[in-house]
Amino acid sequence: MSEDLFELGGRKFNSRLLSGTGKFADDSIIPAVCEASGSEIITVALRRVDLESKTDNVINFIPKHMQLLPNTSGARTADEAVRIARLARAMGCGDWIKIEVISDNKYLLPDGYETAKATEILAKEGFIVLPYVNADLYIARSLVDAGAAAVMPLGSPIGTNRGLQTREMVRILIEEISLPIIVDAGIGRPSEACEAMEMGADACLVNTAIATACDPVTMAKAFGRAVKAGREAYLSGPGAKHRQAMASSPLTGFLSED
Amino acid sequence: MSFYPICAEYGALPLAEKFAAVTEDDVRRAINGTTASPEDFMAMLSPAAVPFLEEMAQKANKLTEQYFGKTIQMFTPLYLSNYCTNRCIYCGFNTTNNIKRDHLEPEQVEEEAKAIAATGMKQLLILTGDARTKASPEYLESCTKILSKYFPSISIEIYAMEVEEYAALVKVGVDGMTMFQETYNEELYPTLHPAGPKKDFHFRLNAPERACKAGMRVVNIGALLGLDDWRKDSLLTGIHAAYLQKKYPNVDIAVSLPRMRPHAGSFQPASIATDRDMVQNMLALRLFLPRVGITVSTRESPEFREQILPLGVTKMSAGVSTEVGGHSQKGEKVGQFDISDGRSAAELCADLKKHGYQPVFKDWQCLDEHYGEPI
Repeated sequence: MSEDLFELGGRKFNSRLLSGTGKFADDSIIPAVCEASGSEIITVALRRVDLESKTDNVINFIPKHMQLLPNTSGARTADEAVRIARLARAMGCGDWIKIEVISDNKYLLPDGYETAKATEILAKEGFIVLPYVNADLYIARSLVDAGAAAVMPLGSPIGTNRGLQTREMVRILIEEISLPIIVDAGIGRPSEACEAMEMGADACLVNTAIATACDPVTMAKAFGRAVKAGREAYLSGPGAKHRQAMASSPLTGFLSED
Repeated sequence: MSFYPICAEYGALPLAEKFAAVTEDDVRRAINGTTASPEDFMAMLSPAAVPFLEEMAQKANKLTEQYFGKTIQMFTPLYLSNYCTNRCIYCGFNTTNNIKRDHLEPEQVEEEAKAIAATGMKQLLILTGDARTKASPEYLESCTKILSKYFPSISIEIYAMEVEEYAALVKVGVDGMTMFQETYNEELYPTLHPAGPKKDFHFRLNAPERACKAGMRVVNIGALLGLDDWRKDSLLTGIHAAYLQKKYPNVDIAVSLPRMRPHAGSFQPASIATDRDMVQNMLALRLFLPRVGITVSTRESPEFREQILPLGVTKMSAGVSTEVGGHSQKGEKVGQFDISDGRSAAELCADLKKHGYQPVFKDWQCLDEHYGEPI
């Protein structure tokens, strides 16, 4: 199989697993998690970044080779998300931004309309915008028009570890949207990440499932392998599904064309 | 509609009898459901749930880690003024108590801010007694402007205000509001609050909702356990939190679980919430409202605070002084209540890390363009 690199925002990556920095008992575990997973893109909530703190600044724990992806966690409107993105850039966190606009604190479902508005503003300002949204075709199309670099549909609500509940909708996005589709939120098991990749998703973002595992480093390794396995399965072209059994030694094989 | 009709409806029920009538099967159903109804919450608070505390604890632990991770938000209170016009019979600030009254001037506020900021704290809770002449809304606005130079997140725990007054504070940088109803028992309430503005049960009950309407990001409520039967007040606190969560999905609703502590007055609690009661209360609340923030203050001992860490706690105070000016000046002052956990921020952090939890100092930074540097 030829080299299969993941292109995003003008960069090429070996890994298709994006990781997160939230919910760890200790940020010092982050380098080991990144190494085990092979992940090269990592998201961090800007609201938690404290540049004044010499010891507790989460950015200090992110390996230097990784692409930093600040997120707008905490934003409840497009306006707030835009301000957080600009702050991230002013702080030296680069031009990549994951847009999260959430004003429903019970299910943490993203607001598609506000997300599209923020995406449009920030893309025009030169940001590489990765918006987190519901798995919805119309929202995805509006994000394409708004200049997003990828579309990040949820598998199930954030932090639930409930897996790929939006399977059919994600499949439609994969089929219809030309941008990379990165399944974000809800993936709880490596097998679910593998399934998303087998379906043709371009990448997966996993945080809670790794951070809340009893052994986060080993779970990170498992996710890294699962994403890779799913991608290879997708590229290798899985055999077709049939309703009835298809014998591998057919009974009518003796019949010739003529 | 406000929360009052719901509160009144529950208040009219024979709650003690209803708690006593809960069966073990009711409790099992409540614990094992995917979501919990108010009836399930009542079952988990009932005496019948006591044998199931370990089962509840296991589920509460999983839910808390799922939604909040192994992190604890850190904050510290700053008392700006202890002048008070209320006569709450259980409170050290009661206007009839003979204590030294104090009030911070702007330069003293800055001194306190510097002293607290030096400990690494980023989230501040400012408190006052209920005396508008000494701690007016304008005074609070000017203090917030000073404090916002040092703290990205500022909450208030002050007297009940109107929506417009809360909105004015939001505009200058206040992002959180705490309001303890003390007790949801409307009949008992006037006995405990014989005089002063706090006597108005309705005005206080609806204050958290006014804060939600005014644009506060975090609204924290609670009952002072011990004023009435803890089960009744805990039930109404949870129902109140659920009401606010449903009606204001854009606001983070949190609950505090304070127990009566020794103070300068002579009031003795009507009932004592034991450690087991506190644990049951927290577990039932976590299973009823998986995403609600739960604050445990320094009223509790270091040992107890550490033991209940895995059960649902999301926010803890440290480096606490309940005296006005207590962070930068040490003197013979009297606080609002006696604290049990005198650990500094650094000491609590070290202990949290020892138990596998990450202390989180900064969790939000208000970027409102109405104040500070525009971005």
